Amino acid sequence: MPNRVAIVGIGQTYHTSKRPDVNYAEMTREAVMAALADAQLSIKDIEATFMASMETFEAIYLPDHEMAAEAGFFGKPGLKVGTGGTSGASVVAEGFYFVASGLYDVALIIGSEKQDCGDTTAAITAAATPMWGKGATTGAIGEFAKQALSYMKTSGAKEEHAAMVRLKADRNACRNPYAHLKLGLKSVEEVLKSPYLVWPLRLLDFCPQSCGACALIFASEKRAKKISKKPVWLVDIETVHQEVFKAGVFGDPTGKETYAQHVACERLYKRNGITNPRKSIDMAEIYEPSNWEEMNLYEHFHFCGKGEGWKLIEKGVTEIEGEFPVNPSGGVIATNPIGATPTIRVAEAALQIRGDAGEHQVTKDVKTAMASALGGPNWTVLSLLKRSL
Amino acid sequence: MSERAAIVAVGQTKYHPNRADASEEELAYEAVKQVLEATGLALSDFDAAVSCSQDFWDGRTISNMNIQHVVGAHLSDEDKVCEDGINAIYAGMARILSGHHELVIVVAHTKESQAEKSLIENAAFDPALLRQLGLDFVSAAAMQARRYMYKYGITPEQCAKVVVKNRGNAKKNPFAQAPLDITVEDVLSSKILSSPIRLLDAKPISDGACAMIITTEDRAKKLTKKPVWILGTSNCYETHYLGDRDLAECEALGKAARKAYSMAGIRNPMKEIDVAEISEEYSYQELMWMEGLGFCGKGEAGKLIDSGVTGMGGKLPVNPSGGVISGNPICVAGMARVAEAVLQLRGEAGDHQVKNARVALAHGITGACAQHHGVMILGR
Repeated sequence: MPNRVAIVGIGQTYHTSKRPDVNYAEMTREAVMAALADAQLSIKDIEATFMASMETFEAIYLPDHEMAAEAGFFGKPGLKVGTGGTSGASVVAEGFYFVASGLYDVALIIGSEKQDCGDTTAAITAAATPMWGKGATTGAIGEFAKQALSYMKTSGAKEEHAAMVRLKADRNACRNPYAHLKLGLKSVEEVLKSPYLVWPLRLLDFCPQSCGACALIFASEKRAKKISKKPVWLVDIETVHQEVFKAGVFGDPTGKETYAQHVACERLYKRNGITNPRKSIDMAEIYEPSNWEEMNLYEHFHFCGKGEGWKLIEKGVTEIEGEFPVNPSGGVIATNPIGATPTIRVAEAALQIRGDAGEHQVTKDVKTAMASALGGPNWTVLSLLKRSL
Repeated sequence: MSERAAIVAVGQTKYHPNRADASEEELAYEAVKQVLEATGLALSDFDAAVSCSQDFWDGRTISNMNIQHVVGAHLSDEDKVCEDGINAIYAGMARILSGHHELVIVVAHTKESQAEKSLIENAAFDPALLRQLGLDFVSAAAMQARRYMYKYGITPEQCAKVVVKNRGNAKKNPFAQAPLDITVEDVLSSKILSSPIRLLDAKPISDGACAMIITTEDRAKKLTKKPVWILGTSNCYETHYLGDRDLAECEALGKAARKAYSMAGIRNPMKEIDVAEISEEYSYQELMWMEGLGFCGKGEAGKLIDSGVTGMGGKLPVNPSGGVISGNPICVAGMARVAEAVLQLRGEAGDHQVKNARVALAHGITGACAQHHGVMILGR
């Protein structure tokens, strides 16, 4: 049996467009200090430090090196990973495997991005294959416009449904002290007045660029129970990548594509004896770059049948007070510091399990939660969290 | 859950100054193909891949997107480590020891020829102050070399001897990029890059890839007659600001080495280790890292090179492959050190074989003045 892994410390910065008051290292340190305070540990108790960020978004080479002193790398083992949008979950996976292996008992996990240092969309445009991909790329916006269009055509969802998802996200974000966009949106009409970025995707339909960091402290079973009264168990993790020419597969008008999301959740559910995720899992924090993608992900993760994602939002199932809350934090459409975004999903899911989410704590009791990440050519990482083993 | 992890196959491209004929994924696949052929495994057999590359060097965001199809990651698990490749092996090992994975492929790849080294390295420094000075890793290394040579009385001749030894060893390694028949005088008369570092004191620009397979004890014994065990490993960060460090010391290396030795049960590294592959991007580094690794006392590595202890016939041959200074790309360099250590332990190093190598040390570095060190002890 692998060693069990618990989350015993959770910290994040507030998230916003620009942080001229701090540099990248100082900003990351805010999250690290918050996680240490939450766990009531000092940096001396940390055995190894793992970080996620995308170098090209800040145009800083080896950012973990630059912040070695401030963010808790100095004198310790560790490494940085980078897998695009999924980075902040890939680092959760590294922490999970390193603690499960018995190599470390207490590890610090950091996701951080300071997008006011660089130009993320320009960097993402440079992700495509130079010979035949670059001319056709517009960063993430174009991909999610295709996804929105494809979802609209195949599911029968209307723009009004996407607007309802956006309203839910904003209502939730307004209750989350750390969220970036808190717009106080009042009506579907207000969302539908927002200008198009790439048709049919509107400005309000898509995630912002945020600065922010999130830190987690992982501990092995024997240490976890001593450190925390409310350890949250990271019971399983599943990563599914796909090859680069699937870069366009965010929407599927053919209905024949294999989605990384399907493969990932089917593997995760099978290993953990989950036959009906809506019953076995109490809530989810998912990585939805757009409101359209949120409805699509409901279907991909089998929270509902195919073509029924928009019905969940229509019925209020995924609201904070609903039967299956999704993104009570306000989600990615409200807050998106890319390297930290998936780490925040795990952090928020863990807060819900602890009952420590404050104003955005969901109504139902959360014993089991799932967090997802999305990046690269539709790569997926899923984490399953539980209150008790 | 496996008690220990094994490396069952290694593959390397021949290192080359400019592989304009191959894309990054073609280069990576050249190394991957070798480990598949050696074990009879298919890409679909792996539970996960851990790759190592850098967006800055590849000139594209999410550099690992590029190589998914050649490491078996299509609808499978992959992660990309952004330190030197020896750390990708560490991450692979953690997956094996965790019991969650049984078979992991690790791959490092970089084409340095397509990037501007100095510009990339400059982007690792503080934008407000240090970037403006035009600092890159050669000029940073020059400061470290100066400080080390001044503090411990290491001479340019002693550094040059490292180059003569390693470039000479490279003549017998078919993967080496730049074997050379040179003298100490040749090194000392080559042009200055950043004083005291001369052209021949530095590693050349290099393209290449390295791959290996890591697995559990049970699977290892089924896959090969000659598994190589990871007996101990660790890594460690120095602090960043060069002015905050005594550049003549490498405490992070000492920490990483002590942890790796303690895992491997090594008390006297000079006595118990038979061969070492050490990442020396610059000649002074081999000497400095010898001290950090505890093969000798502080300031004593100059005597080691003078006495021939680290030569092919010496008590502790260091870099029989020719080392990084004979040409390995960033990211690949440390993984290549492990690959060479594996070849030595399997008795498959050909003309650069060290006799009766039973325990080997491999070492990798990342960052300015080696801010991050990784150490791995391997055994038969």
